[in-house]
Amino acid sequence: MNVPILALDKISKRFGAIVVADRVDLALAEGESLGIIGPNGAGKTTLFGIMSGTVPPDSGRVLYAGRDITRMPPAQRCTMGIGRSFQIPLPFGGMSVFENLVVAAAFGAGQREHDAYERCMEILDQCGLADKANRSSRSLGLLDRKRLELARALATDPAVLLLDEVAGGLTEHECQALIELLRAVRRQGVSIIWIEHVVHALVASIDRLLVLHNGAFIAEGNPQAVIRSPQVAEIYMGIEADA
Amino acid sequence: MSVRVAFASRSSRVGMALCAVGIVALAAAPFWGGRDDLALLSEVYAYVALASLWNLLAGYAGLVSVGQQAYVGLGAYILFAFAILAGISPLWAIPLAGIIAAGVAIPVAMLVFRLRGHYFAIGTWIVAEVFRLLAAQISVLGGGSGISLPAGLIIAIAPSRQLRDFIEYWIALALVVVILALILLLLRSRYGLALKAIRDSELAATCNGVDVMRTKFLVYIVTAAGTAMVGALIFLQRLRTSPDAAFSVNDWTAFVIFIAVIGGLGRIEGPIIGTVIFFVLRQTLADLGTFYLLMLGVVAILVMLTAPKGIWGLVVDRLGWQVFPLERRVVLDERSAARAPMAATDGR
Repeated sequence: MNVPILALDKISKRFGAIVVADRVDLALAEGESLGIIGPNGAGKTTLFGIMSGTVPPDSGRVLYAGRDITRMPPAQRCTMGIGRSFQIPLPFGGMSVFENLVVAAAFGAGQREHDAYERCMEILDQCGLADKANRSSRSLGLLDRKRLELARALATDPAVLLLDEVAGGLTEHECQALIELLRAVRRQGVSIIWIEHVVHALVASIDRLLVLHNGAFIAEGNPQAVIRSPQVAEIYMGIEADA
Repeated sequence: MSVRVAFASRSSRVGMALCAVGIVALAAAPFWGGRDDLALLSEVYAYVALASLWNLLAGYAGLVSVGQQAYVGLGAYILFAFAILAGISPLWAIPLAGIIAAGVAIPVAMLVFRLRGHYFAIGTWIVAEVFRLLAAQISVLGGGSGISLPAGLIIAIAPSRQLRDFIEYWIALALVVVILALILLLLRSRYGLALKAIRDSELAATCNGVDVMRTKFLVYIVTAAGTAMVGALIFLQRLRTSPDAAFSVNDWTAFVIFIAVIGGLGRIEGPIIGTVIFFVLRQTLADLGTFYLLMLGVVAILVMLTAPKGIWGLVVDRLGWQVFPLERRVVLDERSAARAPMAATDGR
């Protein structure tokens, strides 16, 4: 079997008395698209923090293409190929939308600034922000900020893309456009882990679904089957109708 | 398709034109101003330079140092040491002060960078106090009571006092212009992108590949060099140095922070506006004694309450002006929003 592009090996993390990851194992195959769902506070975003390097795990290892990166700083992980979007958007508020992407392309993708311009506009175009390129990113509404998160993560030229709730608040039409965009991204060979509450968007674009609850995966497999599983129904009482 | 990117905007073109006119007018100050005017303007330049450097450090890199007086004093002592002990012209000692301070800043940074947040601030202050105490131990440079520049060295700069005043004034102006120009170039470069990203969100910067620690380290070294050169020049004009004056936390850090904060942190224009306000307050209220310091405090509190991003921050938010061309703007031509699928139903 091929070495997974990104893997967690018995990762544990607790904040005080709260266990947010309890010996979590995860393997993302190259080119795979993986979805993670789970109730609020299940530890989903913390897992992204551990993968991208902003949250140090208490124990366990993070592996990138078989290499131990548990102690590697976030910037280096990003240049290596792990791109991340934030659930609560963190735009560079004092910079224009375009400049936000130039930062990601210049540092995350390691491009020379001038060589990055074209690609940055292309990504802005794909994400529906081309006409706002010169706007101050602070002036964007929440939806556009989420688009910017996605666009900026794409501009780092990731091999693994970690998406943290990018579909929330989109209309049906916009959601379709997002699913199309992510399909195009996948065709370029990017592997994706996507945390999402908008389950139907998730199910439409992933190969495998994991359910995180109290810091552990309680269900895993074919998205449709997992959604209908009794464990998920139990955790998501009332919410699973959404699927 | 090719993407054209320009730095200048209309306000920055006007701004740069005004700057050019301003520099020419100020360079001619010896012909329209008296000796007092030159001294006051030199002091203004020194504060613009110090505050701009502190702004680079705190406003952009998030390094809130209250110990920059360490480098002002270091610069002053390097100049006096070279001049008195080695007989090197004080004018040559200014760039040397910058180089040596950069060298000293490297081990200091390795020490204070181990501290975070408030501890970093306190740590830098302690380093500056250590520098002050060390300076007081150098008996050949006057120990605790300080020393004056020998007359021979001063006369070597220029024979007449007037010409000397002119030369020192022009150096002060040149130094602030060069420091501002270098800051501008730095902010426009790749490092500038990193710095602005760090200013706006350290977490997002690091997750987008910016090596935050390396960038901060570099900025600390560069500001130390600049601060030391300004310090050397200040004390060349004063002709006398002492540990308490050269390493004064009040003169070289407290006032500088006041200037940068009321002007607007994280904006290159902020410290310039702040210095003007500071000197207007000082010149109009100086006769009131202690009351003047109370007024400074009141102004600082009012600005922080009503315009937390400083006066220039308020201008930027309201009017979007930029005096210095720093922002990359895409020159949009035939590009249309219709090509953006996700924007189609956005309704804005």
